[in-house]
Amino acid sequence: MEILKYFYDFLPAAGMTLQVTAAGIIIGMALGLIFALMRLSKFKFLSYPAKFYIWLIRGTPLLLQLLFIYFGLVGIIKLDQIPSAFIALGIHNGAYIAEIFRGAIQSVDRGQREAGKSLGMTNWMIMRRIILPQALKRSIPPLSNQFIIALKDSSLASAIAVPELLLLARQYGSATYRLMDFLAIAAVYYLTMTTILTAIANLIEKKLNISDYRE
Amino acid sequence: MIKVSKLNKWYGKHHVLKDINMTVDAGEVVVIIGASGSGKSTLVRCINFLEKAQKGTITIDGQVISHKSKKLHLIRREVGMVFQHFNLFPHMTVMGNVIEGLVYVKGMPKEEAIEEGKRLLEKVGMADKADVYPSMISGGQKQRVAIARALAMNPKIMLFDEPTSALDPELVGDVLAVMQQLANDGMTMVVITHEMGFAREVADRVIYMDEGRIIEEGTPEEIYNNPKNERTKEFLSKIL
Ligand SMILES: Nc1ncnc2c1ncn2[C@@H]1O[C@H](COP(=O)(O)OP(=O)(O)OP(=O)(O)O)[C@@H](O)[C@H]1O
Ligand SMILES: [Mg+2]
Repeated sequence: MEILKYFYDFLPAAGMTLQVTAAGIIIGMALGLIFALMRLSKFKFLSYPAKFYIWLIRGTPLLLQLLFIYFGLVGIIKLDQIPSAFIALGIHNGAYIAEIFRGAIQSVDRGQREAGKSLGMTNWMIMRRIILPQALKRSIPPLSNQFIIALKDSSLASAIAVPELLLLARQYGSATYRLMDFLAIAAVYYLTMTTILTAIANLIEKKLNISDYRE
Repeated sequence: MIKVSKLNKWYGKHHVLKDINMTVDAGEVVVIIGASGSGKSTLVRCINFLEKAQKGTITIDGQVISHKSKKLHLIRREVGMVFQHFNLFPHMTVMGNVIEGLVYVKGMPKEEAIEEGKRLLEKVGMADKADVYPSMISGGQKQRVAIARALAMNPKIMLFDEPTSALDPELVGDVLAVMQQLANDGMTMVVITHEMGFAREVADRVIYMDEGRIIEEGTPEEIYNNPKNERTKEFLSKIL
């Protein structure tokens, strides 16, 4: 079957999609946590830059951010396509994940913080030992949603010629005039990955609910 | 042990504590009563610096403490607090809750902390639940764990803010029994409660608060049998 051969051809591109997504998620999680904590800080010199970052990133399209980082930063630092995509996706997801973490942190009952204080814990200790573990658990559903968005958003990296699924589908399509077939192959890969991602998220959620604690 | 003088606290324009003067001696048990909104919780929370008073001083062990102090977390280690809604850490087991302060605040090795935790859970009658999560135990059991958690820090004084008012009536007794035992062991305690039986039996002194002021204080007999102030009489007639 010819179609199976094409599926095989698309495997490296699917791998690239996964890499861009993983980089976006990992960088995004790190940035998200840092900016969520900054945003919640009582110090303006921390909260204002975080607010600015979130405002800037959520207020502009990802495609623009990608192009800006790849072409716009040439004067400062020349980045290849793939690192540009990693960074753009990371910065983009960071803003959304920061808001997810912020909401989850704020949703933890304030009695928890007071209990920590009354034990003589410092603010940082309370955050690390008491608030964050509870907040991270609550973040799992919105995070898994964000991860699926990140997976699909990685297709925009095709605009700067990162050899991921959508770029390959379009290249094969224009070479053979059978674009629909190749889009369908890409779609199957995307659906497989989003389905697996969702299943993993559900599993984690279930596991935490059963073996850990209920609220 | 604790001396509160001329303490004043505002929430915005709302004057919640008005010139509060109060002392608690070592080993003493002081019960605070008063209508809802009279400022009982606020006063107790100020003693633990969970709230900041704008005027007045709080002296703990001869040391005047300003709420501007950078070392408030060190002072809070000396003052245990038990909350109306327990505020146990839901992501830690009962034992985890009790040893959290020992391990992460005091830096005690974990094995040693667990030994101490067992002793404390024994004391509050919760040793058999050491490995379960707070969501699996009753309110009364939660509150006894919360007491053990506070005791673990070996505080000089324990503050209780309506520790039994969120509990089903049949669970109140166990918690009060633990508190009574603590008092018998010589713990200095400030307790907001309307449990008159407990106050009569355990309290050395009862303080009546009304609209942010201490209006009357005395022994349980004086307050409950012979209140001098009209407002105290009125309040007591309502809760009796
Ligand atoms: N965080 C806050 N912000 C603004 N006002 C507050 C706050 N906390 C308490 N107050 C107000 O301060 C007053 C005293 O409250 P407090 O909780 O100390 O009363 P209380 O005597 O403990 O009452 P209760 O018996 O209902 O617990 C009340 O009028 C209350 O509305
Ligand atoms: Mg109160």
